[in-house]
Amino acid sequence: MPGFWPALGFTLVYLSFFLFLPLAALALRPWEAGLDHVWGVISHPRTVAALKLSFGAAFVAACINAVFGTIVAWVLVRYEFPGRRLLDAFVDLPFALPTAVAGISLAAIYAPNGIIGSLFAPFDIQIAFTPFGVMIALIFVGFPFVVRSIQPVLEDLEVEVEEAAATLGATRLRTILTVVAPAITPALIAGFSLAFARAVGEYGSVIFIAGNLPNVSEIAPLLIVIRLEEFDYAGAAAVGLVMLMVSLLILLVLNVVQTRVASRGRA
Amino acid sequence: MSLAISDISKSYGRFPALKTVSLFAEDGEFLALLGPSGSGKTTLLRVIAGLETADAGSVQFRDENLLAKPVRERGIGFVFQHYALFRHMTAAQNIAFGMRSKPRRERAPEAQIKAKVEELLALVQLDGLGKRYPSQLSGGQRQRVALARALAIEPKILLLDEPFGALDAKVRRELRRWLRDLHERTGLTTIFVTHDQEEALELADRVALLKDGALEQVGTPEELYHEPASAFVFDFLGDSIKMPCTIEGGIAIIAGAGVPIVGNRVLENGLATAFARPDAFTITTGDAPGIAARVRNVLLAGPDARIDCGLEGGGALEVRLDHEQAAKLSPRDKITLLPRTVRVWPAS
Repeated sequence: MPGFWPALGFTLVYLSFFLFLPLAALALRPWEAGLDHVWGVISHPRTVAALKLSFGAAFVAACINAVFGTIVAWVLVRYEFPGRRLLDAFVDLPFALPTAVAGISLAAIYAPNGIIGSLFAPFDIQIAFTPFGVMIALIFVGFPFVVRSIQPVLEDLEVEVEEAAATLGATRLRTILTVVAPAITPALIAGFSLAFARAVGEYGSVIFIAGNLPNVSEIAPLLIVIRLEEFDYAGAAAVGLVMLMVSLLILLVLNVVQTRVASRGRA
Repeated sequence: MSLAISDISKSYGRFPALKTVSLFAEDGEFLALLGPSGSGKTTLLRVIAGLETADAGSVQFRDENLLAKPVRERGIGFVFQHYALFRHMTAAQNIAFGMRSKPRRERAPEAQIKAKVEELLALVQLDGLGKRYPSQLSGGQRQRVALARALAIEPKILLLDEPFGALDAKVRRELRRWLRDLHERTGLTTIFVTHDQEEALELADRVALLKDGALEQVGTPEELYHEPASAFVFDFLGDSIKMPCTIEGGIAIIAGAGVPIVGNRVLENGLATAFARPDAFTITTGDAPGIAARVRNVLLAGPDARIDCGLEGGGALEVRLDHEQAAKLSPRDKITLLPRTVRVWPAS
């Protein structure tokens, strides 16, 4: 292909400025305070708890988004109803809304005296200011990714293929499971990855609803900010580096799985 | 009578796609639904399969009311124009899909399913290609997998919706002959939809020609070709040339020359439209009664030579001659055209 070298050169320069250099700086920063300090920070129970919460809640939120995002995408693609376009536009709102606004709104309705929180309060279930609250915020920010990943694939899926399954005697359930699901799985994994990645790094909305109790509902990004406020730049960078490594690993694995699944049936 | 379609009507909003269509098919018959796009032929096929619901009418297979059953219980094989294969399944898995979709009690053991798949692969001449994915097969091969998949459920009737529509001309012709053979071997009542008259005339035992959601004529290919019921049928079944004429005592007068009328249509004296095939013309050089024209171009490539003629009175038409006669003509020759016989319908 002509233009390979200029195109690659541009890509590398561009990525260097916006991606590789900042990440390299992050990777170099922790070590200036010594290996012991780095290990001390990342093995601290509070750090471990924060990392577990960040990745765990992001994973659960992405799973929930995968299920309900698929259903929403299905409804938006397959049915004609008044207000469909409006609903479609609403899906993108979590992208546009300042995360702090989202966090405060969510905290208000899920707090024990909020509209939804008050329904659970009599049963001694508290949502806001607990790890549940963290999850709610992460579901909110990750939601559009799954819908937007699956939507185009569903639109491209020929109805004829489902009709063929029906004429061959397949029940609707069997058709969905054996014909529709395999077709949308690669897109679902892609949407899941995006929702997960977004949720891992989310900060703004979570801190308003999480309650931020150390070891309980304190997320890793918040811990990084706390370390920064203590002028422990190396410690902050150490936590950041761990998040970076784990995220990279998970995304790589998801990417490989997605490619594998997508290549089934391709020449 | 194996399949009886009675008074089927279907509208999309205000647009009537089918207007009280009645049609039957004998056991083992190969029936073509022919018509231009928008004539309702695919809609009728989809109604029979249950992919579309009729507003009125009935479809009866032997003594069973098909319309009362959901698609998956009708046991009708359907082949789609664009194959509609399951892309993430191999050819063999595609073919086995119907057999594996049966309720557990009725399902054949896996070994039997595998054997049946091999048998069907052989039937559609795809032995050894069972492990390929649809994307690794050519268009013609894909359509044969789709056919094998439909046959695997041992359908009562086989419905084909423009099965060769997405294939190139050469593959089309091969598959056509092959499908005819296959039909003779399986003896399955088959209805196929096409907009290609050549395909319909070559393949079918009987052809049903549809126009604007209604049947225009039903009959054997010979009947349709030689005894067209309307100008539309004549026009649709081949190239045709229309000429204004006057009827006088059972003879068509075209540009001052009398031409015998074929077909049993009796017309009153007066204005009418005459129709003829492009190969039914006599060309004379020099002065003779008939349509005065000038040769614009002589095209010699092809089984027939085609003569592009510019009419003296304006307009153009293309007639066909054998090569021997065509060799005597050259561009700008003054000629007279006259059809040997014509069919006549009221002036439109």
